[in-house]
Amino acid sequence: MKKRTVWTGLTLLMLLSMTFVGACGPGVDTIKIGINAPLTGDIPKVGEGTKYAAEMWLEDINAAGGLDVGGTTYKVELFIEDNESKGESAVAANTKLITQDEVLVIVGPQASKQAVPAGGKANELETPMVSPWSTNPDTTLDRPWVFRACFLDPFQGPVVANFVQEEFGYTKAAVLYDIASDYPKGLAEFFKMAWEEAQGAGSVVTFESFTTGDTDFSAQLTKIKESGAEFIFTPQYYNEVALIVQQAHELGWTAPIVGSDSWGSAETVELCGEDCYGLFFSTHYAAAGAVGETKAFIDRYNENHGYVPDDVAALTWDTMGIVQRAIQDCGEITGDIKADRKCVRDALAKITDYDGITGKMTFTEEGDPIKCAVLVRISEAGEFEFYEQVCP
Amino acid sequence: MAFFMQQVVNALQRGSFYALIALGYSMVYGVLMLFNFAHGDVFMVGAYIGFFVSSGLLALSAVGFLSLPTGVTLALVLVLTLIISMLLNSVVGMLVERIGYRPLRGAPRASAAITGLMIGIILETSNLALLGAQRRSFPDLIPGETIHVLGVNITPKKIVIVAVSLLLMFGLHLFVRRTKWGMAMRAMAYDYVVVPLMGVSINTIALLTFGLGSALAAAAGILYGVAYPVLDPYMGVLFGWKAFVAAIVGGRGSVLGAGLAGFLLGFIEIFVAAFLPSTMRDLIAFSIILVILTFRPHGFFGEPYSAQLRL
Repeated sequence: MKKRTVWTGLTLLMLLSMTFVGACGPGVDTIKIGINAPLTGDIPKVGEGTKYAAEMWLEDINAAGGLDVGGTTYKVELFIEDNESKGESAVAANTKLITQDEVLVIVGPQASKQAVPAGGKANELETPMVSPWSTNPDTTLDRPWVFRACFLDPFQGPVVANFVQEEFGYTKAAVLYDIASDYPKGLAEFFKMAWEEAQGAGSVVTFESFTTGDTDFSAQLTKIKESGAEFIFTPQYYNEVALIVQQAHELGWTAPIVGSDSWGSAETVELCGEDCYGLFFSTHYAAAGAVGETKAFIDRYNENHGYVPDDVAALTWDTMGIVQRAIQDCGEITGDIKADRKCVRDALAKITDYDGITGKMTFTEEGDPIKCAVLVRISEAGEFEFYEQVCP
Repeated sequence: MAFFMQQVVNALQRGSFYALIALGYSMVYGVLMLFNFAHGDVFMVGAYIGFFVSSGLLALSAVGFLSLPTGVTLALVLVLTLIISMLLNSVVGMLVERIGYRPLRGAPRASAAITGLMIGIILETSNLALLGAQRRSFPDLIPGETIHVLGVNITPKKIVIVAVSLLLMFGLHLFVRRTKWGMAMRAMAYDYVVVPLMGVSINTIALLTFGLGSALAAAAGILYGVAYPVLDPYMGVLFGWKAFVAAIVGGRGSVLGAGLAGFLLGFIEIFVAAFLPSTMRDLIAFSIILVILTFRPHGFFGEPYSAQLRL
């Protein structure tokens, strides 16, 4: 009995030391990049877009024989972790990527619900993280290690508010949002602030909420209809958009329903159908009518996966490009993971005028780029059509 | 007034689902004295079966298998989907009983509860593994324009949903009251120790109960899919829990109570959101239920003494 315990102990010790040897071995020839994405859970289409875009980028790197950093060519390995579209799982995924897989930099998570808590973990463990899609200010606030590749909700809220006033001339707004999720809640509040600043207090006549997982919005929508609101603003994810819009129409609502960048999924129209035709939302890029690099990306993605990439895929593509630039700007990968991470972080902060497919990017001190927003109309063919561009 | 009536219509639709699912919980409890915590996920499986059956039938009619006017085809597809899915899902329910619960007959009740939760997780995750995480869009089997009656907007969907669920509940009531099998179920609910001695097999009755409950869950799943056409593997979890609460409020083991309490829960949820801040909907709705249970710990139709005739 005792002998066996000793053997088990020895074996464990050996295994453990092997892990350490593996990690600290001299002459690093692989760069590890972590991807933290919602492959399952509430928004799996977002996870799929993230994965496909990242894999497309890796294809290019592999085709070139590897990533050239300061004259040395490195192999690149992606570690894709599922965060189940939950905040706590996103934190666990980040911890695993940072401490176990020892990645150099993390791309993701996408939704603010996951990016806000996961960003805290990345910052604490001093690993650079770039969220492609999270627009909530808290993601990067007071976190020098966390960056993003998209605009922020304090910008997006007023963009939508101004657009509706100019386009339709409405004065009374209704808001319907998920109170249990960071992104809709934050954006709903920024929108309300912007609208009431322009139209006076009380001009948001109803401010209704529900919680994640709800499928019946008839009570709230009946209330909204009764309130005399001229349109509904609902910053929800694609699975809820379909239900909200259909139920509103069933209750006799005919006025516009306006959305935000979370509507931009490839699955929105598939689930919502004709009910969503003619509606507007603000987003990061418009696929229909794109030109140049953007069009090349869309065509390639469409060819490989059979559908037009949504904004998440485009932003992830840009993020991979930014990360690549930062690693290359770093000049040298020493193998000391701590120093390398610091080097990549500093290089990220210094990036200026990165020319991405979703626009030019320069990071501010907070790690947020200054970018333009696009207003998109869902056409009668179910495509996302460019309507107008708003720049800060 | 129109506002109030509209909310009543909304609540009737919501309540129909809770009622149909709560019946399954309640019947199983009445006969076997256990709560089948996998029932919410059996509802999810029913919705998916309905999705595949209806998609298949629509595809068949699209290639000219049936040449009938669109309205008639859709009505036929709905009826066939309901029948086929209810049969298939009752098989699922019976399998759950046969594999999950029969080996635990006579075991402590906690074991059955844990097994139920585990079966639920197996159903959710195997769906995730087999079909992937993307949402399914349930075909629109009950199209039609919104009807305006005295300022209230009613869709044909809402009418069919409420009518079909009431019809099914009435059918179940007749089955339990008027047939020999129903009598056996009631006898088992009365005393599951002595009745088997009289030659009524507890295993057969258990299978029958699970089959009936799962068939109703499948009907609820299909109607749910028509009303809220976005299916996902975890759709049954929260919904199942709420229906479970309805079964408790109705009185454990009471079929009539479960049906009524399902509608009551629908009304509470809708009206709290309609007249109070929607932010606090669940908080207030379930506080009301807590108060009800404080004064009627056995629910509306439950008996304090468990070995009583309730079905």
